[in-house]
Amino acid sequence: MLFGIEWDTSSDLAFAISILPILLRGMIVTIQATFLGFFVALVLGLIFAALKAAPLKIISWPAGVLTEFIRDTPLLIQLFFLYYVLPEYGLVLPAFLTGALALGLQYSAYTAEVYRAGIEAIAKGQHEAARALNFTSLRTFTHVVLPQAVPRIIPAMGNYLVSIMKDVPVLSVVTVLEMLNVAQIVGDRTFNYLIPLSMVGGLYMIMTLVASGGVRWLDQTLPKRGLSLK
Amino acid sequence: MSDTIIKFDQVVKRFGALTVLDHLDFNVQRGEKVTIIGPSGSGKSTVLRILMTLESISEGIVSVDGEPLWHEERNGRLVNASEAHLRKMRVQLGMVFQQFNLFPHMSVRRNITEGPVKVLGMSRQDARERAEELLEMVGLANQADKYPHQLSGGQQQRVGIARALAMRPKVMLFDEPTSALDPELVGEVLNVIGALAEEHDLTMLLVTHEMRFAREVSDRVCFFDKGKIKEQGTPDELFTDPKEERTREFLKAVLEG
Ligand SMILES: Nc1ncnc2c1ncn2[C@@H]1O[C@H](COP(=O)(O)OP(=O)(O)OP(=O)(O)O)[C@@H](O)[C@H]1O
Ligand SMILES: [Mg+2]
Repeated sequence: MLFGIEWDTSSDLAFAISILPILLRGMIVTIQATFLGFFVALVLGLIFAALKAAPLKIISWPAGVLTEFIRDTPLLIQLFFLYYVLPEYGLVLPAFLTGALALGLQYSAYTAEVYRAGIEAIAKGQHEAARALNFTSLRTFTHVVLPQAVPRIIPAMGNYLVSIMKDVPVLSVVTVLEMLNVAQIVGDRTFNYLIPLSMVGGLYMIMTLVASGGVRWLDQTLPKRGLSLK
Repeated sequence: MSDTIIKFDQVVKRFGALTVLDHLDFNVQRGEKVTIIGPSGSGKSTVLRILMTLESISEGIVSVDGEPLWHEERNGRLVNASEAHLRKMRVQLGMVFQQFNLFPHMSVRRNITEGPVKVLGMSRQDARERAEELLEMVGLANQADKYPHQLSGGQQQRVGIARALAMRPKVMLFDEPTSALDPELVGEVLNVIGALAEEHDLTMLLVTHEMRFAREVSDRVCFFDKGKIKEQGTPDELFTDPKEERTREFLKAVLEG
């Protein structure tokens, strides 16, 4: 029994059907962690990208070193760091939040790169036209640069969304009850690992296909030109 | 009485070790139509880009309508211009680019109205009406809802002209406006610029390799060489009877090429 749901071991099929609701509980946690992590990665990545592009070296340099460090170290280390070190400084977060933060932090180093490439791909002439029309730098960024950069970065960001989803099982080491962790507990208690693990594999494939399809749809729906932030 | 709207006074522009403008003196009168010609790298674009505040200057003073462009007076001293000063000065100038530089994600109408509405504070209604007038003027009535990529190069450049005019500049800068166009589309853009040249009050600075057109529309032609004006005069003087050997060589090369 897990989450108050009993399993039925009379046959493989009955077992699979009986543990599906249990695995789906885990799947909801996986999806929540994915989207929270992705959101953190999108916001933090934009901040990193802006800091790295700063004209002052004392700002851009530490931002560059920090993102490089994040990129070059395993997610698990960052997760342990946040989970075990932060509480020593009085910051105690639930395991789920800590995990989603770690995911977001790790991936912000990658999304920062995507933002940078997307923004730098905007032709110099666009900045010059905006200046000739006397736009402020803020308006140039929000009305000229971003609307042209966003459609370009969607495919790359979508790939990271799927990667984050596939990294969520790492959070099981800090006790987050995401889908794989749930499947493992079921296995531990029933001595049947094959069925829950296969089901997790299948559910993951469905989630990944849906996410990829969604990104592709978004990419095709947002026209490359004619896109306005309004 | 002379009424100088643009004045370059001993202006030097360097890119690192490269001197692009070398103690340039250059004046333009209000309403004057001036064409700049010269070999590649002689500093023609740089002159326009400095006026549009896309490029700063290394030495000297540039004035627009009697006020320094790249400097401002503070406590009785000339100091480097602040962004606020540049913003104030910039409204007097408009620029048409070789590569058009339209905003690809905005409709033709929004390309033209965005500046007047967001920068000049014009009402959306007025800006739209003005855009319709301008589009009519450049021969693109009924194209307002299209996006730049749906237009030919010649049409895009005419939108570029309308977009610059919508800001009601005193001075229009054209940097090789037809160089990126297929030959059969050059005429339609030159016709628009030619019509604009009829406007008495508008000052125009045009960099072009279209010598026949320059001859028709300009009051004065300046031949740039190595960051200086080597020779200038009315189109007739310069094209039929150039004094300098360099001018003759250049014209010969362009007219034969
Ligand atoms: N941002 C820059 N950095 C370094 N050098 C530059 C820069 N902009 C222009 N230059 C150099 O300055 C010189 C003059 O450039 P400019 O664009 O004014 O020439 P031009 O007369 O317009 O030539 P063209 O007919 O080829 O357009 C060229 O040698 C060019 O390479
Ligand atoms: Mg040039």
